[in-house]
Amino acid sequence: MSHPIKKVEGITKESTQEMIDKALEIYPDKAKKKRVPHLAPNEGEGACVKSNRKTIPGVMSARGCAYAGAKGVVWGPIRDMVHVSHGPVGCGYYSWGTRRNLMSGINGVDQFAMQFTSDFQEKDIVYGGDKKLKTLLQEAKELFPLAKGISVLSECPVGLIGDDINSVAKASAKELDIPIIPCNCEGFRGVSQSLGHHISNDTIRDYIIETREFPEPIGPYDIALIGEYNIGGDAWSTKPLLEECGFNVKSVWTGDGEMEKIAATHQVKLNVIHCYRSMNYMCKVMEEKYGIPWIELNFFGPTKIRNSLRKLAELFDDSIKEKVEAVIAKYDPLMQAVIDEYKPRLEGKKVMLYVGGLRPRHTVNAYEDLGMAVVGSGYEFAHGDDYERTSPEMPEATVIYDDITEYEFEQFADTLKPDLIGSGIKEKYLFQKMGIPFRQMHSWDYSGPYHGYKGFPTFARDVDMAINSPTWSLVKAPF
Amino acid sequence: MRQIAIYGKGGIGKSTTTQNLVAGLAYLGKKMMIVGCDPKADSTRLILHAKAQNTVMDLVRELGTVEDLELEDVMKIGYGDTKCVESGGPEPGVGCAGRGVITAINFLEENGAYTDDLDFVFYDVLGDVVCGGFAMPIREGKAEEIYIVCSGEMMAMYAANNIAKGILKYASSGKVRLGGLICNARKTDKEFELVSALAAKLGTQMIHFVPRDNQVQRAEMRRMTVIEYSPEHPQAQEYRTLAEKILNNKMLVVPTPLEMEELEDLLMEFGIMEAEDEAVVGVAEAAAK
Repeated sequence: MSHPIKKVEGITKESTQEMIDKALEIYPDKAKKKRVPHLAPNEGEGACVKSNRKTIPGVMSARGCAYAGAKGVVWGPIRDMVHVSHGPVGCGYYSWGTRRNLMSGINGVDQFAMQFTSDFQEKDIVYGGDKKLKTLLQEAKELFPLAKGISVLSECPVGLIGDDINSVAKASAKELDIPIIPCNCEGFRGVSQSLGHHISNDTIRDYIIETREFPEPIGPYDIALIGEYNIGGDAWSTKPLLEECGFNVKSVWTGDGEMEKIAATHQVKLNVIHCYRSMNYMCKVMEEKYGIPWIELNFFGPTKIRNSLRKLAELFDDSIKEKVEAVIAKYDPLMQAVIDEYKPRLEGKKVMLYVGGLRPRHTVNAYEDLGMAVVGSGYEFAHGDDYERTSPEMPEATVIYDDITEYEFEQFADTLKPDLIGSGIKEKYLFQKMGIPFRQMHSWDYSGPYHGYKGFPTFARDVDMAINSPTWSLVKAPF
Repeated sequence: MRQIAIYGKGGIGKSTTTQNLVAGLAYLGKKMMIVGCDPKADSTRLILHAKAQNTVMDLVRELGTVEDLELEDVMKIGYGDTKCVESGGPEPGVGCAGRGVITAINFLEENGAYTDDLDFVFYDVLGDVVCGGFAMPIREGKAEEIYIVCSGEMMAMYAANNIAKGILKYASSGKVRLGGLICNARKTDKEFELVSALAAKLGTQMIHFVPRDNQVQRAEMRRMTVIEYSPEHPQAQEYRTLAEKILNNKMLVVPTPLEMEELEDLLMEFGIMEAEDEAVVGVAEAAAK
């Protein structure tokens, strides 16, 4: 490995292992045996931990379900479609808009960020919900004739009673003359939301891709931005950035996404993927089927953005290379000004991360740009290939954790004494009660964007605001 | 590849008939696969000579998730190179057996069990089409041919008619068709005529009348099909005839199920039931004297 080995003072393989062993002490033997392979000191290369396994019963896990992966991550952000949560009302209602995948457009006209559900009742379970779904699809089409398509996202009971949403979708699609995509993403399938991503990618493959073409001729710089979900407006930073570099971003998957552009993505010259975990499947499909290469980039923090843009430019001609260098030259001083402002207050601060798809590795360097160190990182639903990509990013011997339990996380935080924890809503109050500054790194905590040059100043401000808030010196946890 | 689902009243002999039929087709040189869609997992024991095997759901329970399963863990090869898979499922009274069928068939599809070299895939499905799970084998893209096993017993005929109603629902929206009734004879009165007449009313045929013969039981005790146990026996010939008839069957119909009254009329017509007389309904034998 050619990457430089980063070190954090006081953290050694032994100290990390000791911390892990101590945290595991309290478990019964069987649970301990299962958790051991999921926690390890960073070895610098390869996947140090086991992943994508069933959560053990009795612990508090932050994981979501297959439906969450389909509705919240892959399908939900496509703005000009109606997304139906098929089943009882709760799943749809409580996942409504919570991910902060922002959308442009006018609600009800070219954007449908509403909560559509078939609202299953007792009778629908007993008699089956296929007829109700058929009616719903018809009503959705009548009420929102401008919607470009409808996704039907199965909740648990639909799969249990064996409703055939695929045949309803097929018949209704024909009758209503609109794409209807049945997605069998029942929450009980798989070990985490990860399977929901995979199932959704498969439905894009089976129902969407290649069903449309771009109206204008394809040019050499036509690319797609994959795995960018526009959290807090991220895509509104990365898309213009790529355009400034000379590219035509033909479609974004799926943040503020448009169905017809996604459907025509088989025509682009290159796929740029940001969130590998949730969309690598379709990148691979497009590579195999249409010969479209893909490149994995990182738009967090000036160092990674610079490296990513240069890596991207390598695949193109000199005109792109020149534009990329001009862009870097334009933004580097602005980013340096941000660093100059915040670094003095953040230098040496320690962060622990526990998030989803890409951030446990992709944001590491953004903190380092601000003089901070990430002393622990892990994912809710990653696979081995994610951990392989994480090892080189993390400092030597820092703790890597997979599907960490609330208890383990608390123990590690107690030992490592981080100055900031970046995780989700389920962790937020635990750590704030411990008096540890916290930022939600799934949703950017009502802030954003964090991607690209536009995002970095916001990111730096938010991190500074959390860590250096005087609030923390005023509260003293009684425990 | 022809995919065929076998339905019929519980205990009518679906599994026995299916396995003998599959053995008959394998005997004719066809490449076969059986997918047992019954939590009892007894759809393949005569082909495998084994009482139980690792069912899909057994292994899912053991491993925790279906994603960790490998095809070779659940697919066994039996008589005539027949591939055998059992969906398995919960013991009676708990969980959801229907979902077990869905999980198992999805698993087989995703893991490439349906190879091009197969001539036939048979789904041996538990009893009636009680929920969506048990209709899984006849969803679009799966079995397009159904045979109903029945006998001349009244309840078996009721069940056959009910199943035909289920098929009608799927046939009207998809490609699934009824291929015929297989009469697994119980030696009831006028059985041949009665089942033939029912078949005609349903718009289909009685594709074969399998006579009752204890040789089937003798073979079953050895966990074998008659075809394998005693290929020269007349009963083995019956199953081979059934196999050939199904191999050559072109009569695939959308069934026309009967109303309850019509069914009773049919039974009366053959003298199984007395003429319509409401006075006898609900009157015990002793009281009638």
